[in-house]
Amino acid sequence: MSQPFRIAGHGRVDHAQPVRFTFDGRTVEGRRGDTVASALLANGIHLMGRSFKYHRPRGVVSAGSEEPNALIGTSRGPGRFEPNTRATMQEVRQGLTAESQNKWPSLSFDVGAINDRLGRFIPAGFYYKTFKWPRSFWDKVYEPFIRQAAGLGKSPTEADPDHYASRHLHCDVLIVGGGPAGLAAALAAGQSGAETVLVDEQAEIGGTLLSEPGVRIEGQGAWDWLAAALAELRTMPNVRLMSRTTAIGYYHQNMVGLCERLTDHLDVLPEGAPRERLWRVRAGQVVLAQGAIEKPLVFDGNDRPGVMLAGAAQTFLHRFGVKVGNRVAVVTSHDSAWHGAFDLAHAGVKVAAIVDVRAEVPRVLTARAEALGIEVLTGHTVTGTTGRLRVATVRVNPVQGGRVGAGRTIACDALLMCGGWTPSLHLFSHTKGSLAWDAEAGAFLPDRKTEECEIAGAGRGLWGVAAALEDGARAGAAAAKAPGRVAGVGTFAVEGDRTGSGVVAKELPTDRDAGLAKAFIDFQNDVTAKDIRLAVREGMRSIEHVKRYTTNGMATDQGKLSNINGLMIAADALGKEAPAVGLTTFRPPYTPTTFGALANLRKGRHFEVTRRTAIDAWAEATGAVFEPVSLWRRAWYFPQAGEDMHKAVARECRAVRTAVGMFDASTLGKIEVMGPDAATFLERMYTNPWAKLQPGRCRYGLLLGEDGFIRDDGVIGRLAADKFHVTTTTGGAARVLNMMEDYLQTEWPDLDVWLTSTTEQWAVVALQGPNARKLLEPLVEGLDLSDDAFPHMAVVECTVAGFPARLFRVSFTGELGFEVNVPARHGRALWEALWQAGQAHGVVPYGTETMHVLRAEKGFIIVGQDTDGTVTPQDAGLGWAIGKAKTDFVGKRSLARPDIVAKGRKQLVGLLTEDPAVVLEEGAQIVADPNQPIPMTMIGHVTSSYWSEALGRSIAMALVEGGRDRMGEVLHIPMPGRTLRAKVTVPNFVDPDGQKLKV
Amino acid sequence: MTHYSAFSLLKNALSGHKNWREHWPDAQPKAEYDVVIVGAGGHGLGAAYYLAKEHGITNVAVIDKGWLGGGNTGRNTTIIRSNYLYDESARLYDHALDLWEDLSQDLNYNVMYSKRGVLMLAHNVHDVQSFQRHIHSNRLNGVDNRWLSAAEAKAFCPPLNIAPDARYPVVGAALQKRAGTARHDAVAWGYARGAAARGVDIIQNCPVIAIRRGPDGAVIGVDTAKGFIKAKKVAVSAAGNTSVVMQSAGLRMPLESYPLQALVSEPIKPIFPCVVMSNTVHAYISQSDKGELVIGSGTDQYVSYSQRGGLPLIEHTVAAICEVFPIFSRMRMLRKWGGIVDVTPDRSPILGKMPVKGLYVNCGWGTGGFKATPGAAHLLAWTVARDEPHPINAPFTLERFTTGRLIDEAAAAAVAH
Amino acid sequence: MLLIHCPYCDETLPEPEFAYAGEAHIARPADPMALSDEEWRDFLFIRSNPRGNHFERWRHVNGCGRFFNAVRDTVSDKFAMTYRAGEPRPNLDALKEAAE
Repeated sequence: MSQPFRIAGHGRVDHAQPVRFTFDGRTVEGRRGDTVASALLANGIHLMGRSFKYHRPRGVVSAGSEEPNALIGTSRGPGRFEPNTRATMQEVRQGLTAESQNKWPSLSFDVGAINDRLGRFIPAGFYYKTFKWPRSFWDKVYEPFIRQAAGLGKSPTEADPDHYASRHLHCDVLIVGGGPAGLAAALAAGQSGAETVLVDEQAEIGGTLLSEPGVRIEGQGAWDWLAAALAELRTMPNVRLMSRTTAIGYYHQNMVGLCERLTDHLDVLPEGAPRERLWRVRAGQVVLAQGAIEKPLVFDGNDRPGVMLAGAAQTFLHRFGVKVGNRVAVVTSHDSAWHGAFDLAHAGVKVAAIVDVRAEVPRVLTARAEALGIEVLTGHTVTGTTGRLRVATVRVNPVQGGRVGAGRTIACDALLMCGGWTPSLHLFSHTKGSLAWDAEAGAFLPDRKTEECEIAGAGRGLWGVAAALEDGARAGAAAAKAPGRVAGVGTFAVEGDRTGSGVVAKELPTDRDAGLAKAFIDFQNDVTAKDIRLAVREGMRSIEHVKRYTTNGMATDQGKLSNINGLMIAADALGKEAPAVGLTTFRPPYTPTTFGALANLRKGRHFEVTRRTAIDAWAEATGAVFEPVSLWRRAWYFPQAGEDMHKAVARECRAVRTAVGMFDASTLGKIEVMGPDAATFLERMYTNPWAKLQPGRCRYGLLLGEDGFIRDDGVIGRLAADKFHVTTTTGGAARVLNMMEDYLQTEWPDLDVWLTSTTEQWAVVALQGPNARKLLEPLVEGLDLSDDAFPHMAVVECTVAGFPARLFRVSFTGELGFEVNVPARHGRALWEALWQAGQAHGVVPYGTETMHVLRAEKGFIIVGQDTDGTVTPQDAGLGWAIGKAKTDFVGKRSLARPDIVAKGRKQLVGLLTEDPAVVLEEGAQIVADPNQPIPMTMIGHVTSSYWSEALGRSIAMALVEGGRDRMGEVLHIPMPGRTLRAKVTVPNFVDPDGQKLKV
Repeated sequence: MTHYSAFSLLKNALSGHKNWREHWPDAQPKAEYDVVIVGAGGHGLGAAYYLAKEHGITNVAVIDKGWLGGGNTGRNTTIIRSNYLYDESARLYDHALDLWEDLSQDLNYNVMYSKRGVLMLAHNVHDVQSFQRHIHSNRLNGVDNRWLSAAEAKAFCPPLNIAPDARYPVVGAALQKRAGTARHDAVAWGYARGAAARGVDIIQNCPVIAIRRGPDGAVIGVDTAKGFIKAKKVAVSAAGNTSVVMQSAGLRMPLESYPLQALVSEPIKPIFPCVVMSNTVHAYISQSDKGELVIGSGTDQYVSYSQRGGLPLIEHTVAAICEVFPIFSRMRMLRKWGGIVDVTPDRSPILGKMPVKGLYVNCGWGTGGFKATPGAAHLLAWTVARDEPHPINAPFTLERFTTGRLIDEAAAAAVAH
Repeated sequence: MLLIHCPYCDETLPEPEFAYAGEAHIARPADPMALSDEEWRDFLFIRSNPRGNHFERWRHVNGCGRFFNAVRDTVSDKFAMTYRAGEPRPNLDALKEAAE
């Protein structure tokens, strides 16, 4: 393809390297170094998108990340599609697939553009006023219709095959922005020896220097100086330069988030490389040198393809060697656009006219224009444009004494506009630094700082390369001083600098009915000047209300182009000065940031760790089904061939009740409590008495919150006078340890106690069932396991299967039971030794489901299932676990509060369904009167419910109001379609006298 | 008040939209009101509206330190639902849901209440137990909520990843079809417009300095940046700032204020038909009528009024979204922001009379106040007008923290084992 | 992400190493059973929640494990100081003078 608008040999693109990509299916050729936007412009394509509301045809308006119009879908194969990519930022790569958005059936003919014709009927906020009648139409017709109109690009539909990375970085000085100010700052900071990082969002560092090759610095051309400066910085070991890296947010205490784009510009994806990397930078000092963003002018038809910012045209010319048209007109309120026009004229573009809204323009500019043969129209306004898919003419009128004179039409194929410049203070605003209106600069400038930062260059209203360089050097030296470095403040000899000034305009005056003008402020969201005025007329006086009512500034550029123009017009409508109306708050991120980069390493299996026990691999090899319990995965049940869960669990239950089962209990939390005051400490923490517990014995422990509600439970063994082995629930381990540390460190620092988490140090195997002792005895050395010598609730340190062990005689099943703790590294070997030994005794492995059934048959609670954070020990039937003689323990006082001692609290009971085959649903609600209307008075709910293989019927536990006074009462469980009946019982279904433990 | 309709829109279009009247006048404070409401969010403005409309009390001022609707009303993720566990909560939120149904017609202002359904994901056995308990309780309370299998959940919300090998596989979901979203700003504006039309003064940019009490301890008015305003009844509906305002009346509250963050993506064509919440993974997401994915994050761990919020929380939130919806990994975050939420010890609100004569409070809504807006407003108006709570808000007293009768929805979903 | 100075480690470290632990200087009463229901409620639930300087507790949970106290401005989130558990509540005026 010919690239008719490319200027051979001009710009920084590599003219020897063609790059081909497609746009809406059509092959386009650009050059290495192009963006999609510059490559399309080189081919004469301005039409790149459609606006959100009116579907108006739109061309590229800027050359940077603030672009609101030229948003495209980009793709590089399966799973790698992304919408809303700024064509001005996406570098071309071989084979890139780009498509335009928000159009049907095609970009040049879009049915949705009917909205444009209906524009007058759908002004700002119209939807609040209508779609209310008929009422039934809202859900069925209007709302689906409105929702269908949403959005710009299409969503990705496949999982993202790329991965993302993240890193931390610490430095003395972080400089954001690689234009002249940022470079000078980096040179000053770098030369001082400070650890310095310079980041820039563009592919190439240089900022405005890339677009102003005519400036001479220190006797060199701008590009030569830039190359030398970068070369010098690269030689400094203390300086890191990062391009394609956007500073997305400025957080507390000088933390700045960066997003570095690593592969989107590459022709071929490197194997295994991350697509993007999130950096969390902690900087001693931050230098914000982000420059300024050019403002559009607001006039009727300022949105036609071909109408663009003058500075953008200058960038396309110098950086990319692309002329944006053959015959351009310029409209401006600022000197800067004049220079852009001169550069275009020098490049051979016909500049039809420069229209300046100011009556007075520096003579040096008008003289130069005249010398170049450009018509100069000062004191003029623009009142309209024509051209459907590309601007064709612009209508200009003289303005005198506020009166708009007769218009005339100038033909053009591009119209360049400049409404002045807005300092980029987004990151500064993230810090809650305040801004102050500067009337002279016609802009908000930084005022009060809250973080350790410097603002340099155009960011604080200094225009021109010389000022930027000097201010950057000052800021860099000042920033380097903080870590104690000494930096010289450089001076720079600059020739050909383009300083300038301008005026701040609201919408341009017109001789036509302003009510019919389509003078856009927010291009993407189609917010016009008259929308802003309508919002004010309707009582929206706060700039935040204006923004939200009109959606001005809420597009993907987040108001970078529209905020100040919107503010000036709102202020005019309100009859106030701009600073009295105020500015909306800038929020992170500076530019839209991919979810992938924000999620970075937390993807798939790395989203959260999965904790596995030492025995997990055996369970997996044996075909266990697992369930997640907090961060752990636990064996749920061990199905054999042909078994479903029900059958497997029934078999496991039978085996435990008649022979012996093995259970991996390693996930239970374990805390070693040691020290002379260990017993005193536990006395105060737990409800139970501990002082008199003898070494070698254990006891069930119950832990409350200070609010009196059950937090955790577990068996606690006393190994010595000053040594306790505390167990907690699987999910509660960290919480309990934190709670213990809190009390120990801050309430009772006088107690001589040490706490150590030992959860991962011990592997635990529970042996439960009548054959448990027979299985275990041969493996235990020198220890009598008989009931007399080693009774229920005994604990001892011994050797099991050759491993050092803590052996507990405990039961969570009601059967004879032991729990063997060995150092975790021996867990698998212990398990296999027990497994081997158990073959003669009918051993089976069982999982958490069987554990739950067996404990429910005994009425043992699971904290978090049978309790829910509002259950007291008395509610749970655990009043016996409270040390009656104790004057205090955590939560005791709360148990005496009026509503805690009141009658009618929910109490844990057993339930037996009338139909023994029916297993109640856990969570099912219980009523006393099944015939009442809805809403019913519910008196409780089922907390645990299982098929009991031992009893050959279902069993359940429930929290029921006044439950213990209802023994024998029949209650009702209304289910969809039928009501079940169940009798209240004591929650202890199997071996209620505990005979099986006394063997 | 101009009646809004398709006809008025058409008529005004023909006159170039020059004749629209303001939604509410910019009022300056009078010397005295029957009722002063502190806080011009949806709750406070709504209370003024219902005081005027249902109780005939129109000499009312709503005052705010900033612009109306600028607090949590304009900063939330607009989720509306009522599938709460406890009877007290279910009735409270379902009362709000009943009012949401007719709110656009009632206010003559389209608040865009969208009954798109709220899907709450279960990821493990504990979630299933907890959700079943909610569903059974809701059914007997007359609150819509039902169980979906993972496949049914995916059919309802196609972007959902239900792969069984996910780190947190979806094992099912609870669906409240009547739940959904609404346009948050429109709620504040609609109530403000309706209240102003009935004579209520809305006074913006007027910080309250103190609640003043007379010699007998009763409330006599409020000191503000615009001077003293006399009132025998003062209702505080100031969300994150409640502690500070109540302190000026000599009351210390069981509240802490935390920054809560939220974010939106760039706008995309409709892909996400409902609201999805996962408490286990901490992912809350819907798609706005503009096309943005609206995503709720969590609270930062520390008390703060800074509305700033840190990056780590956002990283975790977005990771959670990508875990449940891997197709969104290449989407981009457009904007994130923070609000300040006031949280009570049991995470349920306090809505009722204070132990000071003439003082009422509506606070402690934590992260879930938007959904309650019409209900809270309606009940606050009732309580102020009659000087006694409505039966629905009667359990939500300050006294419950003394007696121990907490309404702890969060604890009821507690995870332990 | 805040930077927090641990008074035990004497190092300033990022927030993920720390866990917030609520308002400081709310000592558990020596004899809770002697308290009225209202007094017990105040201990359990009533919090200052100020706009401005807040006395609060943090734990260096992913570090030395110690609980300590801090003074932080809840509007700017800036720490005025951190100090060891058990040390008396600092005088804010003195703090201000020291800063100036």
